[in-house]
Amino acid sequence: MSKLVGTPVKRREDARLITGHGNFTDDVRLPGQAYAEILRSPHAHARILSIDTTAAQAMPGVVKVYTGQDLAGRVGTVPTAWIPPASDLKQVPHAVLAVETVRYVGDGVAMVVADDPYIARDALDRIVVEYQTLPAVTDQREAMAEGAPQLHADAPGNVALHWTVGNDTDEVFAQAEVVVRQEFRQQRLIPNPMEPRAATAQYLSATDELTVWLTTQNPHIHRLLLSGILGIPEHRLRVIAVDVGGGFGSKIACYPDEVLVAYAARDLNRPVKWTEDRREHFMATTHGRDHYEEVELAGSRDGVLQGIRVKSYANMGAYLSTAGPGVPTILFGLIVNGAYRMPVASSEVFGVFTNTTPTDAYRGAGRPEATYIIERMVDLFAQTIGQDPLEVRRRNLLRADEFPYTNPFGLAYDSGNYHAALDQALTMVDYPAFRQEQAALRAQGQYVGIGFSTYVEMCGLGPSQVAGAVGFQGGLWESATVRVHPSGKVQVFTGASPHGQGEETTFSQLVADQLGIPIDDVDIVHGDTARVAMGWGTYGSRTMVVGGAAISTAVDRVIEKARRIAAHMLEVSPEDVVFEDGVFHPEGVLDRQATFAEVTIQAYLAWNLPQGVEPSLEASAYYDPTNFTYPFGTHIAQVSVDADTGEVRVTKYVAVDDCGPVVNPMIVEGQVHGGIVQGIGQALYEGAVYDDDGQLVTGSFMDYTMPRARFFPQIETAHTVTPSPHNPIGVKGVGETGTIASTPAVVNAVMDALSGFGIQHLDMPLTPEKVWRAMQQVQDEQ
Amino acid sequence: MNNQDTVQVTMTVNGRTRVEQVEPRLLLAHFLRDHLGLTGTHIGCDTSQCGACTVLLDGQAVKSCTVLAVQADHQAVTTVEGLGQRGGLHPVQQAFWDKHGLQCGFCTPGVMMTAVGLLQQNPTPTSEEIREGLDGVICRCTGYETIVRAVAEAAAVMAGEAGPSAAAANE
Repeated sequence: MSKLVGTPVKRREDARLITGHGNFTDDVRLPGQAYAEILRSPHAHARILSIDTTAAQAMPGVVKVYTGQDLAGRVGTVPTAWIPPASDLKQVPHAVLAVETVRYVGDGVAMVVADDPYIARDALDRIVVEYQTLPAVTDQREAMAEGAPQLHADAPGNVALHWTVGNDTDEVFAQAEVVVRQEFRQQRLIPNPMEPRAATAQYLSATDELTVWLTTQNPHIHRLLLSGILGIPEHRLRVIAVDVGGGFGSKIACYPDEVLVAYAARDLNRPVKWTEDRREHFMATTHGRDHYEEVELAGSRDGVLQGIRVKSYANMGAYLSTAGPGVPTILFGLIVNGAYRMPVASSEVFGVFTNTTPTDAYRGAGRPEATYIIERMVDLFAQTIGQDPLEVRRRNLLRADEFPYTNPFGLAYDSGNYHAALDQALTMVDYPAFRQEQAALRAQGQYVGIGFSTYVEMCGLGPSQVAGAVGFQGGLWESATVRVHPSGKVQVFTGASPHGQGEETTFSQLVADQLGIPIDDVDIVHGDTARVAMGWGTYGSRTMVVGGAAISTAVDRVIEKARRIAAHMLEVSPEDVVFEDGVFHPEGVLDRQATFAEVTIQAYLAWNLPQGVEPSLEASAYYDPTNFTYPFGTHIAQVSVDADTGEVRVTKYVAVDDCGPVVNPMIVEGQVHGGIVQGIGQALYEGAVYDDDGQLVTGSFMDYTMPRARFFPQIETAHTVTPSPHNPIGVKGVGETGTIASTPAVVNAVMDALSGFGIQHLDMPLTPEKVWRAMQQVQDEQ
Repeated sequence: MNNQDTVQVTMTVNGRTRVEQVEPRLLLAHFLRDHLGLTGTHIGCDTSQCGACTVLLDGQAVKSCTVLAVQADHQAVTTVEGLGQRGGLHPVQQAFWDKHGLQCGFCTPGVMMTAVGLLQQNPTPTSEEIREGLDGVICRCTGYETIVRAVAEAAAVMAGEAGPSAAAANE
């Protein structure tokens, strides 16, 4: 039977999605459902003096209006679930509706439930809230300064956490021939999956069960958190993630509005639905990035890197989101040396409260920020010592014979051949010719540039012991149950929760190959806490790495049980039975065989099972990875900069990624494309801007530039394959590589284009205005 | 809702005549989703930027979040459900499936309806023209490359060719 793994199997998800039969949370319709709307603070920082809900409550069609005071003592606060060790983290209470103080524009103040969504929206306008505004601060470094407005009494100086890691860098830096210093601003981004967040909840009094349909990347984490916040035992709480329209990290967190909807459904004994609009998404769904970094890189004059020191200021927003504190610390600080051999390195991170929307994971989560600074610093170092950035990379990239490599922070990079990926990418561009053309164009006043990003990142975090050691308040294993039905059809229950990544297809490919059965005989079940016992969800490029490994392990267990039954049927000992292409037969004997389906039915009939073998055919695995995986690769961007307008165009983009064996090349290519465009979004277009009063001035798609089709050239992709030793499939993860690699590749290319202007660095996004002004300034000075 | 505040609209939606009482302010997108239960049309923004809600109104691609239901009175609406169903997919749907033109699938109905509108105006677009034609839609997952391939493929199929040989498909 031909193998499916490694082939571009068309997606099984698509049939429903292209015909309008996707089932997204807002599509869930329950008899008698009511509609919720949230009144959100228009002020970044204010005391609530009074809330008058009388007029709203009196409107025909309004079911109930809730304020923070109504919920006091009935609903808990929303906790963070990542507490980095030795970080002095301040667990400030995050009420589901503000009681005394609002701390960002978008903070919930009241909730209306009405018979009709338009009435609910009308009723928001009838709620009268009297505020006393307070001074606000949105910038994390300003928030740490003396005299800054204070957000939480328990967090003096607005410091939410302070965390340091690394080894002693003083001696190396004191003796280094070259030390390059640069400060970076990594701007705040809005995740903007195309599906807004939504929740629909239903309480069944007969069974005392509450079901919540939710836009979530991790239904079991949501169930656990909702259970604690609402005081509802987990076995009476069911979270269902139907089709989820993208997440990019923003659907990891447990949000106040989700708690409110669940609470109201039980309180009113009536289904309640809430769906954010895009305006709410901008203000009330977690944001990403928003760091300042002060970076020093040490090296020798002939181009050997010796160490890196990073001091980082991360904007946490007004409260600590679910995974928020782990992003700028663990997921960032441990990998700032990138793909380069470096004896010493250190990271110091301040997480700071400000009057802004809380930040949390956003595609890549910490690793894009780390990759951006090291890839920029390598270019600046090359520029400082007068070497080609490509040569500096060749000199310092880890060699294939150095793996496993323990970096200065103690991370053990699993496997890699970084030079091979770089070499392959260089076959896809003509570097010497580009340099010649660049010089010729520059003489004519035209500016083109080329940028490299030779990245490494970390995925598939685990084992769970490490999760505990880094303060993640959960496990990082994944579950799989493989249930073979009597007719030989297979259902696989996974604790991963894909939402666009296509694992209904790729997991099926794995199972069909392993069992030697048609892919149509396999179904993947996910996203329902009542059907899947436990799991940790989809984020951090872990789904195939950890979830796939769990499935593969469970299938092996099914095969082992089936082998014993087959051996009994074939009257040989189990050790003598081989399983190939869906058929059991004695080693070397092909005319005596039992098909997988024949064995399955015997397992269920149980008329004649071998001694000690129980009926049925089902196995579970709870796979805890042995270590992280480290995807890597080389991305090369070519850009042109319009001298008259400052507009940057990406003219060519080449990506060579190594995510280990590719299960489905079509899906992997799609992940890479999407990631690259998202990363270029940060480099060139996107950026959340708050004004001095804390108003989000980029609060809609009219003000916040989302990447569009016409911004991009065709992206060229290729792969090298270096399996990871840390899981049975050898995969490393691919969901975030594009976003991680592309941002610095493009910024390096723009800086290369501008090198004749003597501009060392510009902060993102590299908008036409910013680039044009920088070019003007230099020309004015000349 | 008070009946005195509602008006009657009559629309042909996916070939079927629908008569409903609606508030004058009701958006066509909400009419389709909440009154008719056609949840294939999605709402991704509130400023007419993302195009997830695109439907055909008398054959022309429009953003249904920017059209009142009453404005569509006595007109014909085609949603993704009416574009094609399994066993009878529209070439655009088939091409999106074949070319991996979708990931999470949320923007997809609107992007496909936009593509149908684009191909009506320009049956043989270049890759550049497809990218320009998709300017009114936002997709966060795909990076657009596979969407461009899908539209080129659909154009080729709709032109009656055996395979993708339109200008864009060669690029």
